[in-house]
Amino acid sequence: MGLTKGSVGKNAVDTGLEIRRRSPDDRVVALAGNPNVGKSTVFNALTGMNQHTGNWPGKTVTNAQGYCKTNQHGYVLVDIPGTYSLFAHSAEEEVARNFICFGDADAVIVVCDASCIERNLNLVLQIMESGARVVVCVNLMDEAKRKKISVDLTLLSQRLGVPVVGTVAKKKRTLKELVAALDQTIDTPQRREPMHIPYPDAVERALALPEAVLERGNLGRLESRWLSLRLLDCDKALTRELSTYLGTEFLRDEELCKAVDEAWEVLAENGIDSEALKDLLAEAAVCHAEKLCRGAVVYGTPTQYSALDRRLDKILTGKVTAYPVMLLLLVLIFWLTVTVSNIPSGWLSDVGFWMLERLSEGLYAIGAPPWLEGVLVDGVLRVLVWVVSVMLPPMAIFFPLFTLLEDAGYLPRVAYNLDRPFHRCNACGKQALTMCMGFGCNAAGIVGCRIIDSPRERLLAILTNSFVPCNGRFPALIAVLTMFFIGFSGGFIGSVTAALLLTAIILFGILATFAVTKLLSVTLLRGEASSFTLELPSYRRPQVGKVLVRSIFDRTLFVLGRSVAVAAPAGLVIWLLANVTVGDMTLLSHTAAFLDPFARLMGLDGVILLAFILGFPANEIVIPIMLMAYLSNGTLTDLSSLAATKDILVANGWTWATAVCVLIFFLFHWPCSTTLLTVKKETGSLKWTALAALIPTLLGIVLCILFTAIVKIIAF
Amino acid sequence: MKEPIKICELSVGDCAAVYHLQNAGTMRRRLQDLGLIENTVVECIGKSPGGGLGAYLIRGAVIAVRDEDGNHILVTPLEKDG
Repeated sequence: MGLTKGSVGKNAVDTGLEIRRRSPDDRVVALAGNPNVGKSTVFNALTGMNQHTGNWPGKTVTNAQGYCKTNQHGYVLVDIPGTYSLFAHSAEEEVARNFICFGDADAVIVVCDASCIERNLNLVLQIMESGARVVVCVNLMDEAKRKKISVDLTLLSQRLGVPVVGTVAKKKRTLKELVAALDQTIDTPQRREPMHIPYPDAVERALALPEAVLERGNLGRLESRWLSLRLLDCDKALTRELSTYLGTEFLRDEELCKAVDEAWEVLAENGIDSEALKDLLAEAAVCHAEKLCRGAVVYGTPTQYSALDRRLDKILTGKVTAYPVMLLLLVLIFWLTVTVSNIPSGWLSDVGFWMLERLSEGLYAIGAPPWLEGVLVDGVLRVLVWVVSVMLPPMAIFFPLFTLLEDAGYLPRVAYNLDRPFHRCNACGKQALTMCMGFGCNAAGIVGCRIIDSPRERLLAILTNSFVPCNGRFPALIAVLTMFFIGFSGGFIGSVTAALLLTAIILFGILATFAVTKLLSVTLLRGEASSFTLELPSYRRPQVGKVLVRSIFDRTLFVLGRSVAVAAPAGLVIWLLANVTVGDMTLLSHTAAFLDPFARLMGLDGVILLAFILGFPANEIVIPIMLMAYLSNGTLTDLSSLAATKDILVANGWTWATAVCVLIFFLFHWPCSTTLLTVKKETGSLKWTALAALIPTLLGIVLCILFTAIVKIIAF
Repeated sequence: MKEPIKICELSVGDCAAVYHLQNAGTMRRRLQDLGLIENTVVECIGKSPGGGLGAYLIRGAVIAVRDEDGNHILVTPLEKDG
């Protein structure tokens, strides 16, 4: 459900999969399925974890594991990325395929969407063919019921020869039967007769030849029939995996190679070449799935796409309405964020500063040294209260709002609407999805870029992801906007202006995304746009209550934790810089003076630039660091409201032009350390990581310098 | 029986049966994975507002495909019933 603390920040970085059993008797169960069938919801319900779920295909991009205890067994459940088939076409699908086929899972739960079970069965059949023990979980039964689709689970189970359980993963009790079926499957000692997908005669005759040889060897848990097909299919990546799994000697076996050659002769006699074979195999699976469903799945309406979905689509993706609605939604979200966050903001600030005063009095009363009060209260804690009262509320409100849109299934529609401009930039429409994820957290957005199959287009998306301000930069933008462009009178007009200005800034960021994507696609990452398919899932009613509680709770803890972890050392650094004197100036003055000339060129000052540099670990502390630095030099110490904060800034030479430059630089500067680490991890290259930092930084510097120059020229 | 046309030439609301897939490589496999093989019945659900993308109902799921890929999917339009 939306981004959670487990899916953003450093947790977004995939650390590879190492199965962690709690006891040697634990069984490993893979959770497979098509994209967007509620796999992660099933996973969360079974393990009690909070794996990020959202209503868009390809959302699970990393293997996650969790633990599930039943009466009989302990299970390590592995949530693998969604895939449409075992014929892997992308790096992501390869991961899924390898884990299902060679991961030595004791069983595979294949999660299916009850509304399009026919297509889902295609994957079920392929997994069963490979020899895995399968439990079929037909999820989203409630949604199917609404669409008047009835699924005869017993009949399907009979036809497939494996347990088929219907679930509504949001309702935990419906999973009891699934767990029971899993226990039963694990406890059944002998393997069931593996599923045979019937192929055309010529293919059957051909595959029988290598199969006869294979049956004599030790194949682990792989099926000889499946393996024989894969040898004929000669998928290079798969062959590599096979030689790791079975040993290179096994595949070089003379008799086997001869049998494969003979099989190819049989195929060739029937006019079947390698491409035709792939076609035949794929078609056979689809046709078999269709046959299995005949009579078992009954559609109560002539069409499977509901009237409500159609009506929503007409508005959300209609020719005239799509873009205005998108813009309106953006403004609405920002307006709600600005308006609602004012309430807890004032309250938190009052409480926070009241507590600080008490603490100061307390320290004075027990005779603590003045420097302790300086570091603790004036430095670290004051900034912390500022972060909590000014930065936290917008984050805690924007986040769930965004998550609601995600859960409802709107994000794929954004990608659908925005494909044209991305196409023009020779990029993939799915980049819109990763851009949206970036609003939540850039690191999460960058991991999400895995949904883009083409490596070139994926890099484009990674390098431009930080052009949309993440949740950590939003509140800073709002604060600067409020202080310098909207004023503190508040009211409806004020909040609407704030929302509109914020939308304009975001649009500017999106514009930069397109411009830079285009620029990169004709220079460093030259190439044509490649093919892709984008699934538009049914709209779902988001679990409003759960989303609100979860993401506010998660956000609050996450931001608090990060602020404490980052603001405290930063506070210490600032305090030291401000109090250690070299020559006749403090270190802070030295550093700021050193940065000052260049910063002035950009319309900033040395302190602002220093704050951006020190804010590298977390963007939400950039403004607090500025304040800390200003305060350590001056006498103004009132931080209790934004108006007071503005006084401090103005006293230190800020004008509206400074504010504009700060806004620009907030939008375009180096991504935070976590984001860069993620880029390094995802691209495996220092060069791309450096570019991911350089591109936005250069853009920001150039824009700031240009803006400052123009202002100066006009002023003269 | 009508003449085959390109899938992206379908109007919103039109149904058609797949006549032939001319796509090659990964895209061909991807479409087959989605259940798009000869004789599969599809319905055009919508066109993207910016153009260049069509959404089709394929075996219960709505899949968007760019027109330049849709150019290679030939379909036979079906008579609307009733």
